[in-house]
Amino acid sequence: MPDLLIELFSEEIPARMQARAAEDLKARMTDALVEAGLTYGGAAAFHTPRRLTLAVEGLLAESPTLREERKGPRTDAPEKAIEGFLRGAGVAREDLKVQDDKKGQVYIAVIERPGRPAAEIVAEALESVIRNFPWPKSMRWGSGSLKWVRPLHSILCILTTEAGAEVVPLEVDGINAGATTAGHRFMAPARFSVMNFEDYASKLKRSHVVLDAAERAEHIWQDATNMAFAAGLEVVEDRGLLAEVAGLVEWPVVLMGEIGSEFLGLPPEVLQTSMREHQKFFSVRNPKTGRIERFITVANRETTDNGATILAGNRKVLTARLSDARFFWDNDLRVAKVGMQTWTQALESVTFHNKLGSQGDRVARIAALARDIAPLIGADPELAEQAALVAKADLSSEMVYEFPELQGLMGRYYAEAAGLPAEVAAAAQEHYSPLGPSDDVPTAPVSVAVALADKIDTLTGFWAIDEKPTGSKDPFALRRAALGVIRLVLTNGLRLSLDRVNDAQILRHEISPAGAGERDLLDELLREIARHGVFGAAARSIIDRIEGNGPDWLGRVAEHNPTVSDDLRGFIHDRLKVHLRDEGIRHDVIDACLAMPGNCDLTLLVNRARALSGFLGTDDGENLVQGFKRANNILSQAEEKDGVSYEFGADRKFAEHPAEVALFDALDAARPVIDKAMAAEDFAAAMEAMASLRAPIDAFFTEVQVNSDNAVVRRNRLNLLSTIRTTCLAVADLTKLEG
Amino acid sequence: MPATADTPRSFQEIILRLQTYWASKGCAILQPYDMEVGAGTFHPGTTLRSLGSRPWAAAYVQPSRRPTDGRYGENPNRLQHYYQYQVLIKPSPPDLQELYLGSLEAIGVDMALHDIRFVEDDWESPTLGAWGLGWEVWCDGMEVSQFTYFQQVGGHDCTPVSGELTYGLERLAMYVLGVDHVMDMPFNDPQAPIALSYGDVFRQTEEEYSRWNFDVANTDVLLKHFEEAEAECEAILAQEAVDPKTGKRIVMAHPAYDQCIKASHLFNLLDARGVISVTERQAYIGRVRALAKKCADAFVTTGAGGWQAEDQPADGARA
Repeated sequence: MPDLLIELFSEEIPARMQARAAEDLKARMTDALVEAGLTYGGAAAFHTPRRLTLAVEGLLAESPTLREERKGPRTDAPEKAIEGFLRGAGVAREDLKVQDDKKGQVYIAVIERPGRPAAEIVAEALESVIRNFPWPKSMRWGSGSLKWVRPLHSILCILTTEAGAEVVPLEVDGINAGATTAGHRFMAPARFSVMNFEDYASKLKRSHVVLDAAERAEHIWQDATNMAFAAGLEVVEDRGLLAEVAGLVEWPVVLMGEIGSEFLGLPPEVLQTSMREHQKFFSVRNPKTGRIERFITVANRETTDNGATILAGNRKVLTARLSDARFFWDNDLRVAKVGMQTWTQALESVTFHNKLGSQGDRVARIAALARDIAPLIGADPELAEQAALVAKADLSSEMVYEFPELQGLMGRYYAEAAGLPAEVAAAAQEHYSPLGPSDDVPTAPVSVAVALADKIDTLTGFWAIDEKPTGSKDPFALRRAALGVIRLVLTNGLRLSLDRVNDAQILRHEISPAGAGERDLLDELLREIARHGVFGAAARSIIDRIEGNGPDWLGRVAEHNPTVSDDLRGFIHDRLKVHLRDEGIRHDVIDACLAMPGNCDLTLLVNRARALSGFLGTDDGENLVQGFKRANNILSQAEEKDGVSYEFGADRKFAEHPAEVALFDALDAARPVIDKAMAAEDFAAAMEAMASLRAPIDAFFTEVQVNSDNAVVRRNRLNLLSTIRTTCLAVADLTKLEG
Repeated sequence: MPATADTPRSFQEIILRLQTYWASKGCAILQPYDMEVGAGTFHPGTTLRSLGSRPWAAAYVQPSRRPTDGRYGENPNRLQHYYQYQVLIKPSPPDLQELYLGSLEAIGVDMALHDIRFVEDDWESPTLGAWGLGWEVWCDGMEVSQFTYFQQVGGHDCTPVSGELTYGLERLAMYVLGVDHVMDMPFNDPQAPIALSYGDVFRQTEEEYSRWNFDVANTDVLLKHFEEAEAECEAILAQEAVDPKTGKRIVMAHPAYDQCIKASHLFNLLDARGVISVTERQAYIGRVRALAKKCADAFVTTGAGGWQAEDQPADGARA
């Protein structure tokens, strides 16, 4: 059975695309071969910067002959029908067989599809794979129309048997498949022919190409760690960088160099970031001091001077980069040490969004909100405000301008240099978090206050100007901000009404008060929101008091803001559903809890949802919900029919049946327990108490007929069902549950 | 870089060697475009000639201005006025990478001692409505050139595709000559009777322009010029294709494109003066792009852009 070897040789493929491309080549080729009837023993794909390679072992030499018998019309069928059948089956009349069928004699066509040689199938499959390759980005070159990631230069495609290797005849846009490839671009550029995969891999190695990316990465890591170890140092692990660098070289040569002593005072993150982002260097750390003292670079070739020129060149580039970094750092520290005012002022002239003002405006709003939030979550309001006022100062620093990914971290260094309290410095770094679903959530109260205020300001701002995410478009990362709010609240078990903070912040977005009078009015409005918790009520009380003498905006916000706020709450609830779904909580369970009061207190909401979800997982829970639904259905139907609500309380003196009496007893016993648990917001305990109703309710429905002929008894039983309903609905809106 | 007998001695020698090399490879050596541009790509020899079906091969030096990069001549690497060396070949030849590596050898980079790498870097010019795929070329970890296969320019697909090479001349020369501060780089032969450094030639202008770019340029005037260039570009393109005086079909793609270049540079100046907010920025870029697209649309209806009147023999056939 032949082995197949394919190599697609091109100009340099971006490192980040190589591994996926090799897998795609393997999957698409082997799928196409199998589809055409060519099974195989095994397949492996490889990638280097200039080649994608696929080796397939034990391929069938030709696809099996397929024989199919197709039943046709009866022998006495009209001529037209028989001709049609012949056409469809692609056979001649004399090739038809006749067979007895229960309907009489019918024609049978025997269709034979002869097997095809592997070369033919491979050629077709490979051409199609090349022409339809799923590169993330592809291009044309020269005058051709073929698309590839970068210009494709040659195709090696051979089938090898004991008899030798045979080129698969194939031509794609002027490139003819052959049996040759080239070695390393500089060290062994000559083309050579290969017989099979082993021959290919070993000749490549002699031509200074390590075919396997894992082998290249392993080699780099081994050499790097050995060199570092010999110098008493350690390489800072960076798997992403290792994979990238392994994709930039065919013949890795590891070189270690020193970082000039004048740069060792830079924060280690600055050194690492600069070296990784600009130079793709690994950082080498002194384990005793924690400082980054050397770098490791990976060249793509050996040289007669053992890399001396290459290392010197790299070091020179690094020195230029780090001189810049040190220049930024020194300048920044000067600004930081005198209190960062230059930066905070500079933020005032940086537009955040044309409808949401400058970064300075934003910082002021965040500070006001952080101050409001602080007491609700156990943070010092003064510190929270101070932290918010400096948290974004580093955006004006030269270092962050150069390395945006260091925002926050530099803020912490600079706040420390400014002698600000540790909580404030920590908040400068942590207030961006969490950035994603797996990012750590801050827990220090001041950091949490600023982080929440930052995200809520963003959300309310874009809601106020009606720039909400639509479909896949979320240019301001508002979904991420909402998830950030959710995770901050839940992780820290914060108890706060999001409506109140949202209402207040929407107002801050919409109103730029003109004059002291209006400012006082805005402050009063904000205080009213904090007190009442409901925007509409707060606004109304003020509008009533000033009797139409307020500024124009007062009426406008009273109309508009509640809608905005409700809509934003809905958005946050939607994100919460997605978040809880990952935790295994059903969306209808969340709906049942969302229907309860206090749903803008996310901690309360989630506690309820978790308890309900757990409860529904138990036998009692599941059955109780069924009992509740049955009670609710009977009751609703009766209420609709009778046109009354049965909510006057059942009287046990009308109870006739022992099961009815037992239900009264159970309800009497359970209700105080449930009430007490609910008052303590102990939902699990409340539901446990509810579970005790399951057996009496089941027994009641089994043994008692609600629709008694006796009207008094019937009414009393309906009132009893109503008690069940009220009791159950106090915990969650069970009517929202599905199933 | 260690000096050998073959190492060039001055900035201008590197330029001369590149000119000689690319001339020997069949490129027309063009002269710089006589307008202020931000990069060599803006030269009509690249922007416009990369459009249409007619073959093209050109190389040239282009003085380039980036007002925001001015550092009063003090920064070792940053300049508000610098030189780019630009090569554009259409259709891109199959051995363009080898040709490029040959040009590095021509300026004294010994391939046996250095580590040359092609690192992914896709190119996009929002102001030109252009993009391409390619690499930045690294020599021992330093970016020495941009290498791009143009896919689209002015919103038009490039067929055939042009290969574009851009060398940042100062940076490349500093590396080859082993100089740490651009102002210390020998401009002409250091043994010449009057040896001039880069600083002798440009330190003063860097200072003057830095001051003007950042603090003095009259933004009202710049803004007015921007509006005028924009209006003029559109007015030129709005003219009938057939010239009433000569009766010939003369589409004025180049004069219109000059106005587009002007608008682009005026935008850069306004940006350096810090009077353009982040959101306005996008709007200005969009306005320049709209002009670039219209110029590209016009160019492909000219002879150089591959346009042929239906009743006339093709240009190629006449030649």
